[in-house]
Amino acid sequence: MTPLLSVRNLTLTQKHRKNWLDKAQIEHFGPIEFDLNRGETLAIIGENGSGKSVLANLLVGAITPTSGTIKLNGEACVLGGHAEHNMKIRMIFQNSNESLNPGITVGSMLQEPLRLNTTLNERERIQKVDDTLRQVGMLRDHKYFYRHMLSDGQRQRVALARALIMEPEVIVADEPFAALDPSVRSQTVNLIMKLQRDLGLGFIFISHNLGIVRHISDRMLVLQHGMVIETGKTETVFNWPRSEYTQRLVASHQSLMPNF
Amino acid sequence: MARFNLYDEEFFPSPWQHTWRTFKQSHIAMTGLILLIFFSLTAVIGPFLAPYDPVEQNTNSLLVPPAWFDSGTIAHLFGTDAVGRDMLSRVIYGCQVTFGISILLVIIAMIVGVSLGAVAGMTKGVRSSILNHLLDSLMAIPTLLIAIVIVAMLGTGLVNSMWAITLALIPQFVHGTRDFVRDEMKKEYVLAARLDGAGKSFLFFQSILPNMIELLVVQATFALSTALLDITALGFLGLGAQPPLPELGVMLSAGLEVAYIAPWNLAIPGICIFLMVLAVNLVGDGLRSAVRKRMSS
Repeated sequence: MTPLLSVRNLTLTQKHRKNWLDKAQIEHFGPIEFDLNRGETLAIIGENGSGKSVLANLLVGAITPTSGTIKLNGEACVLGGHAEHNMKIRMIFQNSNESLNPGITVGSMLQEPLRLNTTLNERERIQKVDDTLRQVGMLRDHKYFYRHMLSDGQRQRVALARALIMEPEVIVADEPFAALDPSVRSQTVNLIMKLQRDLGLGFIFISHNLGIVRHISDRMLVLQHGMVIETGKTETVFNWPRSEYTQRLVASHQSLMPNF
Repeated sequence: MARFNLYDEEFFPSPWQHTWRTFKQSHIAMTGLILLIFFSLTAVIGPFLAPYDPVEQNTNSLLVPPAWFDSGTIAHLFGTDAVGRDMLSRVIYGCQVTFGISILLVIIAMIVGVSLGAVAGMTKGVRSSILNHLLDSLMAIPTLLIAIVIVAMLGTGLVNSMWAITLALIPQFVHGTRDFVRDEMKKEYVLAARLDGAGKSFLFFQSILPNMIELLVVQATFALSTALLDITALGFLGLGAQPPLPELGVMLSAGLEVAYIAPWNLAIPGICIFLMVLAVNLVGDGLRSAVRKRMSS
């Protein structure tokens, strides 16, 4: 069986310079390799600056990788910012507040990808927006709302609806639960898990919260300095971490919850 | 489902309407707005209401005082000037010339400035810098001085002074737009729209412009008060609009010659200019604080 998403040898070399007189600092990322099956959840963990967000941006095409291939259903994607590929791999941003446009309604925000990438007419688009809003547990009236009229949980749902509206096969989420309070967080987690089960999505998410990682992910990827240092089934990694870095992460998590 | 249809008729205020609500709560700003609407109406429909031709000279009634003086007559509500022209008609036409031209100039400056600023904000590096700083030297010099220099080169006249003022107004729009677009381009919602496949023009018009309208309106009101003052100042100095034209600055300088025997010739256009600039500034101020309140809430 071909995996839903297969990433091979993905690397990125970036040059950073503070000003144009300085010598450029070169940052290497990767190579990264992993597979994701349909309906599977992959968690990416690692400390700050380990390249988690870079990986997410590479997958959705916000950054063009230096080399490597991304295959979706066995077909190679065009790398970097290509619309067609983005429609199948959609991103949920870390801060749902920032990722929603404050000046336009939820409805026109959700219509945007449809207008740009499909030939649906106005009525079909509105129908699609209504359906998607219902899918994420909102009313269709919410399409008239502006960002500032929604609560944090609702914003997260809109961000999710925005990802779902193009009927993607993989959703990449960059710390989707970080800014939410515990009750909204568990609501969102349950919603995503339900949608994933219903639609058979592949779900890749980045999180600092190892509790959620252990709860929902099937496999996990541990990053350090832009390199994969450990990968495997979540339970295996949690119970028998191989590298010292993972051991530390897991230990610090477990020290917070002694009964676990 | 019937329940959903119940809600569909409901009214959902846009951010713009929120700003309007806050704006309405300030009485001073509302006074300014009413004055502004009054002047706009005068500029548009005033000429139909004006009792006399503004340049028609009537030698039988020279320097007639306004109607509320003992020797005044109701035939000339605001009196007449030194060559017997009706002040009321002149002020009405003066509103049209001064106010109308200022609005026109601001709109032209805004279109040019915003397009330059948008291109500068969305490009990077040297190109962006050149576009952004193209007209910067104009910002260092007072607009009136630039206008005088341009008029000195091209000769006096209303059209030349209009060019000068437009040119002087453009840089502030370029900078405002460029800074705003720059800041917005870094935000995640723009990245989200880019990932949807939005091109640059779609990004600007659909994603960034809806957020920028309030800023533009605020900038436009400040530009409008500058334009009003400059047009009248050039008219007053005899560099802009030329005498028979009923422009408020020109009327003011003509009134200066008879200031001691007919002070209404000076006072009426003066009050008119004062109220116009006051109204524009009050509205601009009210809008700015309303926008700030909405952003902070």
